[in-house]
Amino acid sequence: MAQQAMPDTSLGQMRPTYIYKVVLLGSTSVGKSSLAYRYVKNDFKESLPTVGCSFFTQTLNLEVATVRFEIWDTAGQEKYHSVCHLYYRGAHAALLVYDISNKETLNRAKLWLRDLEKEFLPDEIVIALVGNKTDLAAEREVATEEGEEFARTKDLLFMETSAKSNHQVNDIFMAIGELCDSSS
Amino acid sequence: MAADVHKKKGWEVPNGSLAPGDGQHAERSESPTPGLAQGTEPGAGQEGAMFVHTRSYEDLTSPEDGAAAARSPEERRGEPAEPTSMEQISKDFSELSTQLTGMALDLEEEMRQSKEGKLEPSPQTTHRDSVLSGKEEEDVTMDAWRMHRKHVFVLSEAGKPVYSRYGSEEALSSTMGVMMALVSFLEAEKNAIRSIHAGTALGGNGMWGLMACLAVLLPWATLAVPRGRLVAGGRGCSLAPPCSPGEPGLQVCPRPSRGTPSQADGYKVVFVRRSPLVLVAVARTRQSEQEIAHELLYIYYQILSLLTWTQLNHIFQQKQNYDLRRLLAGSERITDNLLDLMAHDPSFLMGAVRCLPLAASVRDAVSTSLQQAKAKSLVFSILLSGNQLVSLVRKKDQFLHPIDLHLLFNLISSSSSFREGEAWTPICLPKFNSSGFFHAHISYLEQEMDLCLLLVSTDREDFFTVSDCKRRFQERLRRRGVHHALQEALRTPFYSVAQVGIPDLRHFIYKSKSSGLFTSPEIEAPYVREEEKERLLGLYQYLHSRAHNSSRPLKNIYFTGPRENLLAWVTSAFELYICYSPLGTKAGAISAVNKLMKWIRKEEDRLFILTPQTY
Repeated sequence: MAQQAMPDTSLGQMRPTYIYKVVLLGSTSVGKSSLAYRYVKNDFKESLPTVGCSFFTQTLNLEVATVRFEIWDTAGQEKYHSVCHLYYRGAHAALLVYDISNKETLNRAKLWLRDLEKEFLPDEIVIALVGNKTDLAAEREVATEEGEEFARTKDLLFMETSAKSNHQVNDIFMAIGELCDSSS
Repeated sequence: MAADVHKKKGWEVPNGSLAPGDGQHAERSESPTPGLAQGTEPGAGQEGAMFVHTRSYEDLTSPEDGAAAARSPEERRGEPAEPTSMEQISKDFSELSTQLTGMALDLEEEMRQSKEGKLEPSPQTTHRDSVLSGKEEEDVTMDAWRMHRKHVFVLSEAGKPVYSRYGSEEALSSTMGVMMALVSFLEAEKNAIRSIHAGTALGGNGMWGLMACLAVLLPWATLAVPRGRLVAGGRGCSLAPPCSPGEPGLQVCPRPSRGTPSQADGYKVVFVRRSPLVLVAVARTRQSEQEIAHELLYIYYQILSLLTWTQLNHIFQQKQNYDLRRLLAGSERITDNLLDLMAHDPSFLMGAVRCLPLAASVRDAVSTSLQQAKAKSLVFSILLSGNQLVSLVRKKDQFLHPIDLHLLFNLISSSSSFREGEAWTPICLPKFNSSGFFHAHISYLEQEMDLCLLLVSTDREDFFTVSDCKRRFQERLRRRGVHHALQEALRTPFYSVAQVGIPDLRHFIYKSKSSGLFTSPEIEAPYVREEEKERLLGLYQYLHSRAHNSSRPLKNIYFTGPRENLLAWVTSAFELYICYSPLGTKAGAISAVNKLMKWIRKEEDRLFILTPQTY
């Protein structure tokens, strides 16, 4: 499915370059921008709501290939929903992010999933369910098992992360990278 | 729903150029005289303007115009000639000064009192910034909430709260209900309520006094409306419906007795109705109703820029009691920031844009680089630093309105999120086209540099093309080797008034009307503390409101106060406000004006953008 990820050997390199478009979806304030920022800059700061969407790139030089992630970080606010399909069109992977300390955000993530299912065939896109903010364990409203269970029934990748304490942020991107690779 | 730039003709002038006609392209005079024709004053563009031509402040507040276009040369020729000599000006000033010195004492008194009554907690830090932990709200029953100098409320015509500057909208729903009742009650009588003045007696009780006042006014209003004006003297309230009911503008009647302290001590409640929204300000500032209404309109345009006028109307046609906060969630801080910015930045008052001081050669290189990094869908390429314009390149025949540019400046300054990555967001420029979205590519050129690039495109699919324009722009900047010079200029984004070389001169604002640009030095001692800076801006606001009073505009104002003297001079070509030492004389001020104008002329290619570029 990653047909757009064209191998690039023009510079005499033997390693192909794969470009994967990844889109972050979820309610307001679940930490989509923070995840992207942690992954790209390896840093954390309290951020304000995203306006429209932000675009980041991250290039990984692996032994066998170069992988370039094009990350589209969307705004969770309702007024931008009408333009969101623009951002996830042609995506290779989607991260459905919810906040483990806010049950409602998991329900929203389920709605996003329904949207994606309308847009993509099951094998066209890699979808990961991400429970963010594990640093707020004391205020947890969604049990790990609950997310896990839901992910299993829908055949999604699942991981709990914390952008703040840098827990499994790299891992989730690596995991979707691998899946994109194996399905391409 | 892309903004249709190709068909939009509404406010364009017949010859497609905003510069004066050929006949008017007079020589740029060495020493400007009061008779300076528009288009030849210092700061006027040499090859047309960047902005939609706004003749004056009144144009900006005129209702859904589109017609704020320039006057034709014919009209201009028909105007009475400006006084042509310094003697004439000086005579005008002496006639005025007596009256205004008296006023000034009142003003000082009033400002002092309002400062004493000020117990305002710092607005920026108290609320909303910590979005992640949810909105922190002030308790609306607390005194601190009542003591804020300017409250702003937005409600739908069904009386549903949309926005409140302080406190949660929910807690205020009953208050908003009263406001809406008042507005609709009077409108049933084919009258629009524009403002209410609450005097000392009520003002002292804060908002609750005000609300009581509103409630009490309701039955009285029936009697008062047919007469067009109600003055509830005994209670210190006056209700001012418009002088000419047919006029759709925002003009407010002159107050019954100008400058009486009792009015200024209390609150002004100003209403602006822009269906389907009603905007209300409750202010203890010295601003005129007209200026407060002007600020409310900015808030209205700010909301439009997020939703478009079309969408806003559609929503309320579908469902009258829709809760608009759902759609505006997460954007309150943009409105908060706009209100804070309007209290500090004279751009909004002047209805003009300030440029980053920059050597003309550097600016030209930047503009050319921007111009060359074009794409088919690009309409405007804007480079800015802080709230100052570095360069603006536009599509031929498309003009930006200063209000739209201010909204873009505000959007950028209200969010730190643009510092990372590249943002791509739908945005409506309501003065350009209130029914469609543009798509804006927003990014900072470098991490540590306060230089933000804004590329406005008509095509929402064009992200990568536009993103490539940014890359090409940066590459050209590097090749032209102006990077270092830009960095140098950013280190001193403001100039000192000492550069002018007039010892008594403390500060000034000069606006070129034809270019829509203004220049102003850094505010320096004695205006060091935040309150002092605000006080100075308050004085400018006062002079501005006198100069632009819709029923009795003034051309020259000389103002003597205990702490500084001010002079305002408004012609068809420019506006100048200067602030200088309280020990200076009027004659000194007038010669200072002369010298200052020469200095601005000399420096104009650094302080203004004289040759705006198009793609």
